[in-house]
Amino acid sequence: MTTLRFIGWRLLAGAGVLWGAATLTFLVVHFTPGDPAEAVVGGEGAAPTPEVLAQVRAEYGLDLPWYQQYAAHLWRIVRGDFGTSYRLHTPVTQAIGEQAAATVELALAGAATGLTLAVAVALATARRRRWLRGLASAAELVAASTPTFWLGIVLLTVFSFGLRLFPATGGQGPASLVLPALCLALPIAGVLGHVLRESLEEVLDEPFIVSARARGLGDAAVRVRHALRHAMTPLVTMTGYWVGALLGGAVVTETLFTRQGIGRLLVSAVNAKDLPVVLGVVLLSALVYVVVNLVVDLLYLAIDPRLKEAA
Amino acid sequence: MSLVKVDDLRVAFGATPVVRGVSFEIGAGECLALVGESGSGKSVTARTLVGLTGEGAQVSAAGLAFDGQDLTRLRERGWRRLRGARIGFVLQDALVSLDPLRKVGKEIEEVLTAHTALSGSERKARVTELLAAAGVPEPGLRAGQLPHELSGGLRQRALIATALAADPELVIADEPTTALDVTIQAQVLDLLAGIKAQGRSLLVISHDLAVVARLADRVAVMKDGVIVEQGPTGRVLGQPAHHYTRRLLRAIPAEHTKGTRLSETGPRPVPAAPRRAAGDVVVRAEGVGKSFGGRPAVQDVSFTLRAAETLGIVGESGSGKTTTARIALGLTAADTGTVEVHGRPWTRKDRALRRDVQIVYQDPLAAFDPRYTVAKVLAEALAVAGVPRGRRRERAVELLELVGLGAEHLARRPLRLSGGQRQRVAIARALAPEPSVIVCDEPVSALDVSVQAQVLDLLEDVQRETGVAYLFISHDLGVVHHLCDRVLVMKDGRVVEEGPVGTVFREPAHPYTKELVAAVPRLAAA
Repeated sequence: MTTLRFIGWRLLAGAGVLWGAATLTFLVVHFTPGDPAEAVVGGEGAAPTPEVLAQVRAEYGLDLPWYQQYAAHLWRIVRGDFGTSYRLHTPVTQAIGEQAAATVELALAGAATGLTLAVAVALATARRRRWLRGLASAAELVAASTPTFWLGIVLLTVFSFGLRLFPATGGQGPASLVLPALCLALPIAGVLGHVLRESLEEVLDEPFIVSARARGLGDAAVRVRHALRHAMTPLVTMTGYWVGALLGGAVVTETLFTRQGIGRLLVSAVNAKDLPVVLGVVLLSALVYVVVNLVVDLLYLAIDPRLKEAA
Repeated sequence: MSLVKVDDLRVAFGATPVVRGVSFEIGAGECLALVGESGSGKSVTARTLVGLTGEGAQVSAAGLAFDGQDLTRLRERGWRRLRGARIGFVLQDALVSLDPLRKVGKEIEEVLTAHTALSGSERKARVTELLAAAGVPEPGLRAGQLPHELSGGLRQRALIATALAADPELVIADEPTTALDVTIQAQVLDLLAGIKAQGRSLLVISHDLAVVARLADRVAVMKDGVIVEQGPTGRVLGQPAHHYTRRLLRAIPAEHTKGTRLSETGPRPVPAAPRRAAGDVVVRAEGVGKSFGGRPAVQDVSFTLRAAETLGIVGESGSGKTTTARIALGLTAADTGTVEVHGRPWTRKDRALRRDVQIVYQDPLAAFDPRYTVAKVLAEALAVAGVPRGRRRERAVELLELVGLGAEHLARRPLRLSGGQRQRVAIARALAPEPSVIVCDEPVSALDVSVQAQVLDLLEDVQRETGVAYLFISHDLGVVHHLCDRVLVMKDGRVVEEGPVGTVFREPAHPYTKELVAAVPRLAAA
């Protein structure tokens, strides 16, 4: 019951975040210099007649007072109508929907790779010999501080142009997913691995770890069965942040590897001043952020049931 | 033949020797108690017997054998066949020694998985048997619970069950009863006695001689990494040969120590001034009650506390003693009844009254900001007390001297102080606003017997000097008997008995008080 109530409150707070995002998008449209009607008919270069502009304004409700426009804006969002792309002349939901699968595929592959790497490296190196930890720590620092675009170029140069192991571009088949996923995964693996090792080392000092060893458990069992779960909490927090900020990474990765996806959609929409698409992506990332944070909070409860009483 | 044979064991961490040549034997079915203060090397010695001395430890020994097997040559694989299977290890404090995120049944099952060929369902059945054998009621239900869902006593029993799971020949128990209520402590000692009666050997580690007195066949007293005395329990406790053993025995507070100093060399000489007679009423509580979420925590509690008097509150965890203290402190508002300090009703806004009632907690480390120096801790308290900035340092030194420390401790941080020194600083902080009452919530429960003795002596000295009144909360009847003038016995939120401490403990009227008094571990020889 308390868990249900907790979820209820979280959903309510999430709705608040989405409302905020929707309001922000409205303000952006309203206060952006330039005439949206002009953008609809193809920008300043199109030199439309005043009659055409007036017609467009009436059609898009741009001639109404701001509060009516705001209400209409919110109502459209509630109904799932994010408007029509100025550039593609298709509904924004459709434009995003067509690109979503590729980005989700990339994000999942990246997240899985990153998490696996981080957990494996941290488990293998926590509380080990100094040189081994130093090596892992250095590798993580390099991975975490390398800019994504540069990492992507290095990956392309070595594995695609050099060794010809994986294709450089395109979104067809699992082979084409390897390099972009790695490009997305390595920086996050660096950060997560570091965080996880630190918390593992803290946990490995706990008396219940000594207890487990005193029962005759091997080192691997102690780490995996006892220590890992305790060390998961900061990992989950970081993963939550990262998924929230995923879109930024997707922009660079998808552009670099010329993949389809929401990142590229966003770039081309920004370039074309295609406001409805940009706003749609903003709202989508707000939604992803809300959902991910709810999942993170539920994961905390799953990891540490003692929090249920606190919540 | 001896089951365990330790000859000239030496352990060092880096350049610091912790164990400096320790030798002992434990026969089959025998119980040896290793007694000493924290830092004496007793826990390190015990851990060395299962190869878990710790990271960076250098261990050497002329002989270290278990059942004839040379442990000095053992590799990790060999140790794992020993740990849990032939030597069961019960670590200190079950709350942190059981994995807080795993069901207790899983912890026991883990031992069975590692050392037996039992099937899954057989293991489950065995877990229930083991919990039942350790005296856990409803073992099937308890196996599915997390450690924090169990009471302290049940948790300790579950931890002992993990050590017994694979039927070991030797059980090592490190401070098995520390931090437990007296009656629970007595039950756990009975459980350990039962384990011994099954023919197992037992190595019990404790800082408290009274606790091990009726369990151990032999006692080894450890100090600074050396065993200073060892022999049959009756002989060591009855005719201690070493002065350190005598000092440890004298440090145990009890009825007969009342009015005497417990620590051999107190921080200051005993003041000549006689104890002041109890003076004016400083705190008066009348019919105080408090509920949390509909559950009554405290019901109809009344007491008066006079200047220069010490009022003890005893009872087990959950009896409402801490809630009573919080109400007396004005931190929790009572639902019913009244609390008056100096005849004025407690209100949150009355800052002068708040300063007049101070507190000393069980764990001073948790009560200090770890980044503060002692000087800053005291300066903050003095600022609240209204001492002008220019006078604070001088006053801080005065306070430190009052508690047996000095100006050299001003620059230290809590982490760099010993447990006893920390508690002294906590007392100095409480004294900063010159209060008329200090609420002491289990102030010596986390301390070794010898350090406890010093802090109890200090509390008496301070009272003589300042006339402060103590509201002294403790689960340790010996401590209460030694220190307090009067006592309230609490159970389930109510006061079941009250009166002068000698009368209540010598002729307990209420059955619960009788049970408490009977459970106190005693030195037969004392």
